[in-house]
Amino acid sequence: MTALPPFQTVLDEHSAAVMAILRGAVGRDGADDCFQETFLAALRAYPQLDDTSNLRGWLLTIAHRKAIDHHRARGRAPVPVAEVREVATEDGIPERDPGLWAAVGTLPPKQRAAVALRYGSDLPHNEIAAALGCSPEAARRSVHEGLKRLRKELA
Amino acid sequence: MTTATKAPIEKLKARAAAEGLLDVAYTTTDSPYGPLLLAKTERGLVRVGLPNQDADELLVDLAARVSPRVLEAPRELDEVRRELDLYFEGKLDHFDLPLDWRLSGGFRQRVLRAINRIPYGQTRSYTEMARKAGNERAVRAAGTACGSNPIPLVVPCHRVLRTGGALGGYGGGLPMKQGLLELEGVLDGKQKP
Repeated sequence: MTALPPFQTVLDEHSAAVMAILRGAVGRDGADDCFQETFLAALRAYPQLDDTSNLRGWLLTIAHRKAIDHHRARGRAPVPVAEVREVATEDGIPERDPGLWAAVGTLPPKQRAAVALRYGSDLPHNEIAAALGCSPEAARRSVHEGLKRLRKELA
Repeated sequence: MTTATKAPIEKLKARAAAEGLLDVAYTTTDSPYGPLLLAKTERGLVRVGLPNQDADELLVDLAARVSPRVLEAPRELDEVRRELDLYFEGKLDHFDLPLDWRLSGGFRQRVLRAINRIPYGQTRSYTEMARKAGNERAVRAAGTACGSNPIPLVVPCHRVLRTGGALGGYGGGLPMKQGLLELEGVLDGKQKP
């Protein structure tokens, strides 16, 4: 077993990624609360953690659960998207298109998390798989299904 | 830390402290000798890192020996910082801080507790400290205990000299030991190392 690094290191290295996926999954307003819940849960469990090889995946799994809790608590409230503007961004940062991310928020939890992790946090399929606790193939499928659904909804 | 995470991280730390999840709080502070690392637990001050010590290594060591729930939380160390500032200004001759001794065991801890009772502006020899800790012949071990003091400055190992008055050693370097003793009015700056 490798020694656990000081939790501050974990926070420094992964807080931006956790915030990015939470913003994708629950939107800006809910993200701050989910962020705190995620890291409090992580801090609580941290001393008992025995595999430190994928701290990011571990944190994203917790964040994913907190995002689901958040949606459950608020009830599934789909955000209608009437019209999607086709605007190119200079740097490809998706937050500039709130309509798209609102639509991502209406996906079923697993697809939503997979799409947010893939395009919000730019994670490869194997890390998404680690975060969601599924196989890389299933992660790929969730991203694919999510995209298909988005295309249909936004068409 | 990006601006997006700054406020939620502040709130997170406040909540962690309130829920008893902040096992080791730390901060760094300036001193006349360079930056100091200060770390405390719920029992009290557990570690002071001197300017020539690697703060990252000390934090990794605290994570392994105390708890991995180590978070930077400057506010938790306000009182420690306040007393150290006053000390360096020559305005404080007695620290009134709870201490966590857990990083030293057995004979070493007895030596350090004896050192902690040496008054401001006075010095003792390594031999006296060995005797106070219950083994007069363990002078070398007493020296080692001084050298491994996890809470220097506050537990004043700089007040321990060789028999005869030579400075001996110091984890923060001899110029710092000399400077502290001058601050306390013990040395006039002419002592040989």
